[in-house]
Amino acid sequence: MPSMSLVFSQLFNGLSVGLLLALISTGLTIIYGTLGVINFAHGALFVVGAYAGYTTYALTGSFVLAVAGGSAVALAVGLVMERGLMRQYYSRPPEDQILVTFGIGIVLVEIVRGLYGGVSLSVAPPSWGTGIARIGSLIYPLYRLETLGIAAVTLLLLYFVLYRTSLGLIVRAGIEDSQMVNALGINVKRTFLVVFGIGAMAAGFAGVVNAPIVALTPDMGFRYLVDSFVVVVIGGVGSFPGAVVGGIIAGEILSLTAMINPQYSDVMLFAAMALVLIFRPQGLMGQEGRE
Amino acid sequence: MSTLQTTTLQGDAAAAPKQAVNSSRGGIMRRQLPEMLVGLGLLAAPFILPVVGMSPDLLTRILIWGLFGLGFDLLFGYTGLLSFGQAAFYGTGGFVTAYLLTSGVVSNLLLALLIGTVMASIAGLAIGYLTLRRTGIYFAMSTLAFGEMFYFLENSSFKEYTGGENGIAGVPPPELSLGFVNIHISSGWPMYWFVAIFFFVGYLIARRIVRSPFGTVLKAIRGNPKRATALGHSIQSYKLTVFVVASAYAGLAGGLLGVFQSYMPPDAFALDTSAQLVIQTVMGGAGTLLGPLLGATIWLYLYEGLQQLGDIGAYWKLILGIIFVILVTVFRHGVAGGILDFVRHRRARPLAADEEGSDRVAGALDIVPPLSSTQAGSPVLEARGVTKHYGGLKANTDINFTLREGELHGVIGPNGAGKSTFFAMLAGELATTSGKVFFRGKEITGIGVTEVCQLGMSKSYQINQLFEHLTVRENVMIPVLARLRGKYRNDMLRGLHSDELDSQVNAAIGMVDLTRQADTRVSDMSYGEKRRLEIGLALATGANVLLFDEPLAGLGPEERVLVVALLKSVREGRSMVIVEHDMDAMFELAERITVLYEGRKLAEGGPDEIRRNPDVQTAYLGGMDDESA
Repeated sequence: MPSMSLVFSQLFNGLSVGLLLALISTGLTIIYGTLGVINFAHGALFVVGAYAGYTTYALTGSFVLAVAGGSAVALAVGLVMERGLMRQYYSRPPEDQILVTFGIGIVLVEIVRGLYGGVSLSVAPPSWGTGIARIGSLIYPLYRLETLGIAAVTLLLLYFVLYRTSLGLIVRAGIEDSQMVNALGINVKRTFLVVFGIGAMAAGFAGVVNAPIVALTPDMGFRYLVDSFVVVVIGGVGSFPGAVVGGIIAGEILSLTAMINPQYSDVMLFAAMALVLIFRPQGLMGQEGRE
Repeated sequence: MSTLQTTTLQGDAAAAPKQAVNSSRGGIMRRQLPEMLVGLGLLAAPFILPVVGMSPDLLTRILIWGLFGLGFDLLFGYTGLLSFGQAAFYGTGGFVTAYLLTSGVVSNLLLALLIGTVMASIAGLAIGYLTLRRTGIYFAMSTLAFGEMFYFLENSSFKEYTGGENGIAGVPPPELSLGFVNIHISSGWPMYWFVAIFFFVGYLIARRIVRSPFGTVLKAIRGNPKRATALGHSIQSYKLTVFVVASAYAGLAGGLLGVFQSYMPPDAFALDTSAQLVIQTVMGGAGTLLGPLLGATIWLYLYEGLQQLGDIGAYWKLILGIIFVILVTVFRHGVAGGILDFVRHRRARPLAADEEGSDRVAGALDIVPPLSSTQAGSPVLEARGVTKHYGGLKANTDINFTLREGELHGVIGPNGAGKSTFFAMLAGELATTSGKVFFRGKEITGIGVTEVCQLGMSKSYQINQLFEHLTVRENVMIPVLARLRGKYRNDMLRGLHSDELDSQVNAAIGMVDLTRQADTRVSDMSYGEKRRLEIGLALATGANVLLFDEPLAGLGPEERVLVVALLKSVREGRSMVIVEHDMDAMFELAERITVLYEGRKLAEGGPDEIRRNPDVQTAYLGGMDDESA
């Protein structure tokens, strides 16, 4: 039987992993919710953000600038992607959208591989993130604690933007009926562009924040793409609260089963997804009837 | 029988003999042409392709991908289900086969391949059951995720059997025991021939599936799953079956991979494998069966070619990715699709797969089953206290409605009166909040459109719900197949055509006067023709209770006259409910009219009664409502 403090530390760990997953999944889910497109290049944008952050960090030595740089590059790539290609795809069948974003994902990953090579790189945590935090009897790496805080704050910020601003109102109205919003004189095209950019930026941002915890490889994005799919299937595609709840559930499953038998942590995650598909196919927070 | 119908039938009969001559002349030669070409191609490849630098190993590898792709094309190209998890079944088949052969549990190669294929199919059944609960993007995402699950399982729980990251090495070279003689198959050309036989048999089976009644339903599911369901097919069963078939193909291909390279690599399970399959299929052309093979040729040949160019070799996947994005964007049908489009264009006639069809025309009433009801005038469709509320919005409140045998019953009401909601509940599409619907005394409230259609009631939609990528004949086959075969039948190896099917299809086409357009693709037809086909689909179900939702919507004056005549002509032996805005048409057609207003029944009676009813006049003239009709 694992000790109480271990359980606590794993619960905490799960929350930290979960909120990061939630952050990535939020990007995926708001793009889907608004544009009806599932972005299979989302994992690649995560990779692009992480590597851009790596370079900014190496050049400036400032982790804050690295986060800004990584997010900015992912944002830029997202904007170009929307303007250049995605716009033509909104009226095409979902299969085409999946295929083209998947293709773009391959191109982005291969560009990263071309620029940085295939070997794995590591990013040191910032000076304010090195060391260990003590919370009561709990000993925990400081940076992990901080990622939890960063992810939570960013999610709140996104929530605020989506639910408390006029942009958010337009976005949520656009989800319901984009033609009507357009008819009311609101430029839906520009809103779509902004949403796609925000979604891409969320992936890039998460990529940089996550960088000190993992080894960077061009292929790491697929893992996060798969995990974020699991998160949104559990939470309900297109639902912001669903992405957060799904992320936390996924994080806790991963870290709690890792405590008992790490071999099964991934498998348990998929088992959870299977259960959701059987008993609540629309996802925990998803609405009936939306595909 | 009305005049309209008689003329079309006569016109048909005159045209029939000519067509019959045309179609029988093609005969077996024409129909089996693709099979023969593929067979010849496989025979000729070893003599031709080495000239352009293709080694036997490369060709064998292409064939394995092609075999894998045959199943995937049935799933994606024909049924429209984009799975990103096919590696799970490829890996399962591969590792089971390799394990059986290396551990010595099974020494017979063919038996090991068979067990591998069966295991992959079982995995397909489980994953298909889960993932097919949702469609579209959900399906793509969850298949991808479950595909990854298999990869993790291979690397963790099943490590002892699969060798984890090492895979299974030393798969014995294939040996076929024919009882008296053992054939040892060495690598190189003998291996090519060995795999080519599997591919060819796989291709023959896939072709049969595509040309079977089962395959025809698959195409309908891809084109318009909603209508396929409404026409009486249990599409969920079809999807699951084709998913299992695709898994079986994947499992066999995986098994052959291990045997071919005497090593079973763990990355057979990887997402890259699923992705490569998708990309190859799209590049080659989905929905052509040979597209995946063509795509694999491009992929593997490009890979080998670029490796020889030194520095560029490292960027081969980038180049491939760019080509892929361009292909998806501008050249949607892939290479094989492009070739087929070109051929079709040149022939100016669709390459219809059904040139073997008979031209017999059933009598107009033969497609309707004999009336099961005993006497005219007894109720066939009844709504009792039907109510539908959406939160605070009261779409329908306490509506009672009876359709009697042989009656043509109109439902009218101003915009927003709740006609469509009421209709959807009658048709079994929508559950009621309270109240019940009965069909010939049996409760059908919310049992679903498929069941309702199988019971003998069908609806024609306000907005055309057709199979746009199919011809008129293929469209009409979908409801006829549902009637002849029930909501699901696994007849994937049967031929499509039977006299019964063809004569009923021809009759239904004749009834809506589309005989001349029978082999035209729906997407190339005019709106009026599509409108008639929409009605034709409902007729072809053989239902003797029909619900028409604004059959005249969007039609010009001439077409209106045609459709009104058509509706009159099909009345015999059928009971109908019509929702329509066109009052004149309604008063001309209907014997009894129900008026809905603000979600309630306002009045009911004969046309003259309704015309004189002061409440109805007020409702329509806007006295009680701002909206006018």
